[in-house]
Amino acid sequence: MKALEKLLGSIRPNFEEGGKLSRFWVVYDSLETFAFTPGHSTKNGVHIRDGIDMKRTMFLVIVALIPALLFGTWNQGHQYYTAIGEAATFLDKVLLGAQKVLPLVIVSYGVGLGIEFLFAGLRKHSINEGYLVSGMLIPLVMPVDVPLWMVALAVAFAVIIAKEVFGGTGMNILNIALTARAFLFFAYPKQMSGEIWVHNAGTEPFVDGITGATALGELANTVGKDINSAEVTGILSQFSAEGAYSFMNSFLGLIPGSVGETSTLAILIGAALLLWTGVASWRVMASFLVGGLVMGGLFNLAGLNGFMTIAPWHQVVMGGFMFGMVFMSTDPVTASRTSTGKLIYGFFGGFFSIMIRVFNPAYPEGVMMAILFMNVMAPLIDHYVLAANVKRREKRAQLATVNA
Amino acid sequence: MSRTIRIRKGADIRLKGRASQEVAQAVRSAVYAIQPPHFHGVTPKVTAKPGDRVEAGSPLFHDKYNERVQYLSPVSGTVKEVVRGAKRRVLAIEIMADDADAFRSFNQVNPSTASREEVLAAVLEGGMFPFIEQRPFAVPADPKDTPRSIHVSGFSSAPLAPETAEVMAGRLEEFQAGIDALGKLAGPGGVHLGVRSGDSTFNGVKGCEISTFDGPHPAGNVGVQIHAIAPINRGEVVWTMHMEDVANLGRLLLTGQYKPDRIIAAAGSEHPAPQHFAVRLGAQVATVLAGFKGSPDVRVVSGDPLTGEQVDVAGYIGDQHHQVTVLPEGNKPKFLLTTGWLGLGLDKFSLSRAFPTWLLPKSKEFIMDTCNNGEERAFVVSGQYDAVFPFDIYPEQLIKSIIVNDIDAMEKLGIYEVAPEDFALCEYACTSKIQSQRIVREGLDMLQKELG
Repeated sequence: MKALEKLLGSIRPNFEEGGKLSRFWVVYDSLETFAFTPGHSTKNGVHIRDGIDMKRTMFLVIVALIPALLFGTWNQGHQYYTAIGEAATFLDKVLLGAQKVLPLVIVSYGVGLGIEFLFAGLRKHSINEGYLVSGMLIPLVMPVDVPLWMVALAVAFAVIIAKEVFGGTGMNILNIALTARAFLFFAYPKQMSGEIWVHNAGTEPFVDGITGATALGELANTVGKDINSAEVTGILSQFSAEGAYSFMNSFLGLIPGSVGETSTLAILIGAALLLWTGVASWRVMASFLVGGLVMGGLFNLAGLNGFMTIAPWHQVVMGGFMFGMVFMSTDPVTASRTSTGKLIYGFFGGFFSIMIRVFNPAYPEGVMMAILFMNVMAPLIDHYVLAANVKRREKRAQLATVNA
Repeated sequence: MSRTIRIRKGADIRLKGRASQEVAQAVRSAVYAIQPPHFHGVTPKVTAKPGDRVEAGSPLFHDKYNERVQYLSPVSGTVKEVVRGAKRRVLAIEIMADDADAFRSFNQVNPSTASREEVLAAVLEGGMFPFIEQRPFAVPADPKDTPRSIHVSGFSSAPLAPETAEVMAGRLEEFQAGIDALGKLAGPGGVHLGVRSGDSTFNGVKGCEISTFDGPHPAGNVGVQIHAIAPINRGEVVWTMHMEDVANLGRLLLTGQYKPDRIIAAAGSEHPAPQHFAVRLGAQVATVLAGFKGSPDVRVVSGDPLTGEQVDVAGYIGDQHHQVTVLPEGNKPKFLLTTGWLGLGLDKFSLSRAFPTWLLPKSKEFIMDTCNNGEERAFVVSGQYDAVFPFDIYPEQLIKSIIVNDIDAMEKLGIYEVAPEDFALCEYACTSKIQSQRIVREGLDMLQKELG
């Protein structure tokens, strides 16, 4: 540790103004501040500061993502071997999963951080920690076989267009990871939807009944069809307690889907950490869940097609709902920033997630659309929350004048 | 009529080094100084010249735009120097003190029978007026105003702040006279005193409305108390005064002497013997440091650790400060795994729950150094400010409106009610290390300038 401090100190002059590597100052600075919290002391103002900083905050989110990442790695292998009907050991599944997931993580961080460094260098500010979380979220919302060049492109698009043009971390309107996902969804719809959610779907023969579609993709097939037809009841039977997409399977995550989104259990472990440390807003999470359950319940009451008959608690453990709720909607930069606003923002996030996935089967990933939509609406929500506060103050002033 | 108001938002920062209840008489300072910059926004017109003989109570300077507001010498002696900084700004007027004080005598005034004009004249002439602050803008009051109400906080809730019992010991009679005088100056809203629940120091004080406050810091901030009792509306002016200055004001009227005494809580983990000291206004910091000579690894703060000002050991206690805090300097890099951001952080106090220390019992006290504990960032985490800001105001949005110079938004979002000190906890808690107090001060200055 002392040795490292010395080493950093000795190479520092090269990177400072006038040194031969001065254009790489941001790289040096970010490494140094990563290794050592700088001895910057407070100025007049507060003389003591809370121990918390951005690095620790972001790090806690990454830790919270680890259960989903590990489970997703195993599950991708598990889904593949199940689909081809081959028995495989735990290790086989993990190895196959890791083979697919690791490159995604590496490409996401490599491209994203590369762009961050570039912009930090150009704008002469220090590297912000925001991408550490986005870089982990992006691989977790990708289908397993997505080509790496597409991931790289999506990351570049999201970091530049959704973040850097607005001024970097803290200034963006849309969630970075979801922007990357949405970019791929709209730019490459063919590669990003349908039966792509199991490794080698469409190229290898799968056992009967497994197509490589997600549970939501199957359910989307029930829309617009007679609820009592054989096809619809056949699909719905998969969602009964014995079916492949039973509540338990969906909750544990033993279903096809994006790398990290399938296991509600793993995600809830992360959620527990985020709530325990207070990093994520319980208001957003709780109201998001309530919103989803309410919409699911309303659909139950309507019951117009097969999709609508799925129980609300089953709805929320499928697809990206839980992942979006815990890790995406709680992004403080793109969510509402007022306490009241967070409740409204979360509720409609959950509400629209279920609504979109049922109403528009072309967008089975309603969560992504719903959160992006609510990201855009968040400033508006805050605006009205503030307006109420302003009105209250004006009323008070009027009352004081009347009484005087 | 007393009512109890519970302040829910806020936090007590559990710093080590609380001053013991003992009150020692500090040795008499060789030099005393009055520092005009501590009276924010006042342009001093210095009347005393180096070499002049002054009594305790002789004028040193007055407000250039308000000649009646006199700033007096706290001791008798010889004017040593008028210290000037950049652009000849007056930083301090230093007085070489005599061994014993000769007092200039003022008329004794009975505040309960005198008229408002008589009381006002006595306060102005007797040098106590500069210690009245006004809101909006958090600046020294203007004698031409009649404030809607006058508020006095009966306790300080800041970390390591002096205890009310020590500060007011034996001064209740003077305090009562001060309250009576403020009663004459106040408009229809009268005088309000906010006391800490369970504190009996002010029992029997009459002539003001007493409210009891319960809850964590900043419950003792007068701004919080005003907001809870009767929020300031646009166009209203409210005055505030520190309880010790109220007693000093009472003393002036009762005895005819300007004798601004201060009980200073000398505290902090690096103070050799944290205790209370009795000093005169403008004393040298060294007189309350119990022999501590200063060190580059230690910071001496005049005032509390959230709002105070860094001072040299040879410097002076600030004119508005009632506390001197001695803290370890945090100028060493912290390795990520041991004491840095990735460490377990068993010795780190935090209002967030990102360190396991929030599970420790509430009696555990922490040594905190002056390290920024991170670098300045844009706003990312939300809700941190709201949790420690007991106003019906959105602090983050108000700060943002100041950053973008949006005066209309500032007014609408309630800037009239706040002072920089009210944002001290927000600044402390901020993950992005944003300097909220400085921003709010700039906002208030801008607004005052704009409104003329």
